[in-house]
Amino acid sequence: MTPLVEIRDLLVRRGEHPALQLEHLAIQTGEVLAVVGPNGAGKSTLLLTLARLLKAERGEIRFNGQQASAESDTVYRRRIALVMQDPLLFDASVFDNVGSGLRFRRISRDEIWRKVPLWLERFGVGHLAKRRAGQLSGGEAQRVSLARALVLEPQLLLLDEPFSALDPPTRSHLLDDLGALLKETATTTVFVTHDLPEAAQLAGRMAVIIGNRLRQVGDPEVVFASPTDEEVSGFLIHKARPGDR
Amino acid sequence: MILDAEVFQITLLSLQISALATGLSLIIGLPFGTLMALGKFPGRSFLLSMVNTGMGLPPVVVGLFVAMMLWRSGPLGDMRLIYTPTAIILAQVVISFPVVTGLTAAALQSLDPRLRLQLYGLGASRMQMIGMLWKEARLPLLAALMAGFGSVISEVGASMMVGGNIRYQTRVLTTAIVLETGKGNFDIAIALGLLLLTITFLVNWALTWIQQRGARK
Repeated sequence: MTPLVEIRDLLVRRGEHPALQLEHLAIQTGEVLAVVGPNGAGKSTLLLTLARLLKAERGEIRFNGQQASAESDTVYRRRIALVMQDPLLFDASVFDNVGSGLRFRRISRDEIWRKVPLWLERFGVGHLAKRRAGQLSGGEAQRVSLARALVLEPQLLLLDEPFSALDPPTRSHLLDDLGALLKETATTTVFVTHDLPEAAQLAGRMAVIIGNRLRQVGDPEVVFASPTDEEVSGFLIHKARPGDR
Repeated sequence: MILDAEVFQITLLSLQISALATGLSLIIGLPFGTLMALGKFPGRSFLLSMVNTGMGLPPVVVGLFVAMMLWRSGPLGDMRLIYTPTAIILAQVVISFPVVTGLTAAALQSLDPRLRLQLYGLGASRMQMIGMLWKEARLPLLAALMAGFGSVISEVGASMMVGGNIRYQTRVLTTAIVLETGKGNFDIAIALGLLLLTITFLVNWALTWIQQRGARK
């Protein structure tokens, strides 16, 4: 089966230094891939490159078997949706925030009015539709941010540590809800996180990036049980310590 | 002696000239300020420094420069614009354009830089991204508009030099105040000054109301 995304021989520089070197990575349709690794390893670089917000110096990214660089950035990006660590909501109502991506795609008003309330309800924030974004709590804002991305029904959802700024109970509830929704909608997702239990809970596969290179990809249980080398093992042990999460 | 009808005509001309000059500055300054804030090109810092310096341009220097351009023997002399309202508008655009541009750039640079990535990550085109950033920065952008208007409605040097303070043609409130003061008609000059202050206050009050209404929403 053709993977939804296939990356080959990728080199991305940020400044003078290579920020990510990746020989091969395939992301299958419908899977949730967690990307873990230490700070500065290149996890977010992978996400930004997949969103075409960073240009690769070398290599190719295939989307549905097609060379992604053949189409314009905007056309490409309208197949994906990005959620960042901070919700970065716009200075508007919750409803307008969630409808923003649909408006960019010139979706009809009727369709926006059908989809937005549905996704607000799915994330349990339907009652906040008229509230200004600035009046939301951190957890509510991140729910709105996720609804704003998923309402687009993206072929590829990119999540850059969306739970890291939340307190543990809020994080746990949101993780449960998001996990259920991703399963229900079978949305292909790349999920960057520092938190290994979070990765294991949400993802079917886990990719470990250390020193700007992909070191291991596989089922989270297999990665935990048989790390490919000492560095991967050291990272997993280090992250498993309670104080290091 | 200034008559009531004449005061009305001077006031109206002042408002028309300054509003048009501010509008033109906005049309040019908003995209230019956006380019300064978001663009990456060689010489950007130098251009931004020039714009910021331009925010403090003395109106008499602008008046001198525009007068030299429009003078009959000047490069634009054939257009016969010197001592016309158009000449005053041109000079006022030169004064307010850097103000609007510099404050637009500052307003956009004060936004979280990740907002651009987020907008692109939701499928915004470049124009949609810029439109959303303008919307996000609408309060400081309105402040830029107010500062631009304030810089031209109150200036006198440039209007005097390129307009000539011709009765019923290019006399505006500030030049009329200078004239009446020169003639020793302090009561009239004070009345015109109060009128200028009132108009400036009313325009800024209206813009502030719009701005704060946006902030409360």
